[in-house]
Amino acid sequence: MSAFSAIGEETEKDQNEFTPGLEPQPTWCPGCGDFGVLKALKGAAAELGLSPDEMMVTTGIGCSGKLNSYFNSYGFHTIHGRSLPIARAAKLANPGLTVVAAGGDGDGYGIGGNHFMHTARENHDITYIVFNNEIFGLTKGQTSPTSPMGHKSKTQPHGSAKTPLRPLSLSLNAGASYVARTAAVNPNQAKDIIVEAIQHDGFSHVDFLTQCPTWNKDARQYVPYIDINESDDYEFDNTSRSEASEMMFETENALHEGTVLTGRYYVDEDRPSYQQEKQRIGEMPEEPLAERYFDDSYEWERSYDKFLSKHK
Amino acid sequence: MTDHELIWRIAGGSGDGIASTSQNFAKALMRAGLHVFTHRHYPSRIRGGHTYTEVRVSADPVKSRGDGYNFLLSLGDSFARNPSEGAYYGNEEIKPLSENLDELVEGGVIVYDSGLLDTDEIEDFDERVEENDWHVFDIDLRSIAREHGREVMRNTAGVAVTCAIADIEPDVIKSLMADAMPEKILEPNLEVFDDAYEQVKEEFDVDAPDITAPTGEHDEEQVLLSGSDAIAYGAIDEGCRFISGYPMTPWTEVFVIMSQNLPELGGISEQVEDEIAAAALAMGASHAGVKAMSGSSGGGFSLMSEPLGLAEITETPIVLVEAMRAGPSTGMPTKPEQSDMEHVLYTSQGDSHRVVFAPATAAEAYDQTRKAFKIAYEYQIPAIVLYDQKLGGELSNVPASVFDEEPNPDLGSVLTEAELADAPHDDSGKYQRYQHDTEDGVSPRSLPGQKGGRYLATGNEHMPAGHISEDPDNRVAQMNRRMQKVESIRAELDEDGEFNTVYGPEDADLGLITFGSQQGTVEEAADVLNENGHSVKVLGVSELMPFPKDQVSAFLDSVDEALVVEMTASAQFRGLVQKELGGYGDKMSSLLKYNGNPFEPHDIVEGFETALLEGEELPDNRTKFVPKVGE
Repeated sequence: MSAFSAIGEETEKDQNEFTPGLEPQPTWCPGCGDFGVLKALKGAAAELGLSPDEMMVTTGIGCSGKLNSYFNSYGFHTIHGRSLPIARAAKLANPGLTVVAAGGDGDGYGIGGNHFMHTARENHDITYIVFNNEIFGLTKGQTSPTSPMGHKSKTQPHGSAKTPLRPLSLSLNAGASYVARTAAVNPNQAKDIIVEAIQHDGFSHVDFLTQCPTWNKDARQYVPYIDINESDDYEFDNTSRSEASEMMFETENALHEGTVLTGRYYVDEDRPSYQQEKQRIGEMPEEPLAERYFDDSYEWERSYDKFLSKHK
Repeated sequence: MTDHELIWRIAGGSGDGIASTSQNFAKALMRAGLHVFTHRHYPSRIRGGHTYTEVRVSADPVKSRGDGYNFLLSLGDSFARNPSEGAYYGNEEIKPLSENLDELVEGGVIVYDSGLLDTDEIEDFDERVEENDWHVFDIDLRSIAREHGREVMRNTAGVAVTCAIADIEPDVIKSLMADAMPEKILEPNLEVFDDAYEQVKEEFDVDAPDITAPTGEHDEEQVLLSGSDAIAYGAIDEGCRFISGYPMTPWTEVFVIMSQNLPELGGISEQVEDEIAAAALAMGASHAGVKAMSGSSGGGFSLMSEPLGLAEITETPIVLVEAMRAGPSTGMPTKPEQSDMEHVLYTSQGDSHRVVFAPATAAEAYDQTRKAFKIAYEYQIPAIVLYDQKLGGELSNVPASVFDEEPNPDLGSVLTEAELADAPHDDSGKYQRYQHDTEDGVSPRSLPGQKGGRYLATGNEHMPAGHISEDPDNRVAQMNRRMQKVESIRAELDEDGEFNTVYGPEDADLGLITFGSQQGTVEEAADVLNENGHSVKVLGVSELMPFPKDQVSAFLDSVDEALVVEMTASAQFRGLVQKELGGYGDKMSSLLKYNGNPFEPHDIVEGFETALLEGEELPDNRTKFVPKVGE
């Protein structure tokens, strides 16, 4: 019998199950795009029939880091940029968990960029939602890695001299096997994409455009948006790496020209997840490691019997 | 060193098999009933450069490198750089011989490979030989090796010559070679051995030097291993099945041993992008219910500062190991020092609350790593094993029975789902994982996936169910509870009373104090000082945090004055004692060494007699004396 009975429990869930009864209202500003992520995640979790006790949501620091304060599940609000390494180890330790990591664009593409790149490369079976508002919000409006060139802020009084980072292209090139962009103003698409992302076996990256009405007033509200998978103007095969790459490049350019493109950019269902690769080479047990500590019949090996003979 | 010891130094270049040859030599002599202890000296370089390993061999237990050495086997450096005029590094080709002469004792033996080394290139070589009454054996080891096999087998030829001169029964070595070498290379190596053994006996008077390997017998079965082996085995026996890391000398040894062994134990090893991730992954695994560890050396540990603080406030159990080397920054990557002590005790913002052990020996490294896991998981706190390049890499014989212990996979203070059903929850159904009032400061945790256990872990200050809060009363309650855990751990360690060591006559009026890996050397120095007519005892401290205040102050109260011995340049450990005890600065002087080489017993004897007792200057800069406060 599993020591973690919430995992795989058959339940009919209502999205209110994921709203903590006690927690006061989110502290996000009125009109903040972060509400859209919370709503989409709740909707996705309910649609997938997940139970709050089988989900682990890790976050970084910033407004986005509060996601798991307002979402009822196991949560780990970590430090700036470090939600991914904690998330992927929890998944390795207990692969039955549904693990979702989240953070802002500074958190994921700036300070945590190295973790982002390597988590994508390794194709861990987790979902990463990046709240991309093209600004540092909680620290009051500094330029972020995705701020457009020329963007003025208190830390870049003459406008940023840097071209913005290309999150979708970076993700694809690093090795993510599911890459999508959605926007807070597009709740149905957002929920559907998060459902797909969680279901995907491998690293799924959702770049979630979340408008910041307080510190990024210049930025668009990400409307009107275009769903590239549905629009007849955009024909491409999102299982083709090269076509995905071109579409991403165009999308990243278009954002700063006022056109908001969203949708599923790359979906590779064939690539094995990191967990599968690790099991294939014999470096990860088939049974969840976390269960072993509760298994009274397990025979724990010791160094005296296993390793001492080579020292004699 | 005593008259009946063999201290054998095999010198050559990096990549020439010095480490494996010396390990086989040490193991063979251990099997023959002797006590052995090795000291490694090597550069941060893959191929070439001055490298040696000393193997000290004695009939009696040894716990340190010796004072000097009496038998040099000097091989060539296959990858020596060609010197140009005025090169900083000088003539590397001759270094396996020239660099090793200063520490060779009078009457000592020099065996060198005349196929590769020419003594004409060493200034005053013949004069020094005569002056020191050294016995020189110039043998073309390379040619013997080439005749039967490959050039690298000159190491075997050198070992055979050693056996002939030091009266070591050839079968002692040959039976180990048979175990250690694959068939294909065993045969030519045995031919090389026999040929070299016969040649030296024919061409030289092998009985001329008064150096003979001792004989002895162990009263129980021994194993030859390093501090790194012992740390890894301690972790495995505590049920650690997850390690995450990034390579860095000298911590890499533990990482490699774990990575090689974990797959067959059904565990997981993760080599990750940096040390921030390394520590964070270990935390993620531990948070999800797997006993996990990470580690690094100074530079990598700097990157772990951030997750370390997160582990403290979220009360995530984690065991880290830190293998010190000479700093600051990249410093001297392959040389030992103890100067990361303050870094490890205090790094990360806020009030640190963690456990730090500094084992002195391989056996202590095993026991203290196990205790680190027990404490980390019971008290939900980071526990760190602080060691160094010296303890990590030196080999010594340890009774096999030290490891004959039951495994302990216990996860510590974790609730089961049945227990969670009766545990307090808030109105959202979140488990109150951080309750204010608990007896020993520990509030049991739940694990993701357990029904009824969900809560928020956060690096912000938080309420009992994990909600972020800046409420002053809650803050004080949570902070007090977390600090209370450290007090509880101190009480548990006092009750155990196992890790700090007092050595020497109880009524001694003078003291030596040290921590971690220098302890064995300090104890050997105390033996010499007591033979010299002084009355000296030693306190070796392994518990750095929480600090054993009562034990250390009792020791200091019992002596007139003390010399604190440590491998730092700023007397960090003496500073820790003063900070923790709020005094004794007028009783403690320091002897420091930070030139890249560990203390030898005579360094300490000299510091004690010359500087502390007689108040005279030390003759050179190998060590530094810092007088007590007020002098």
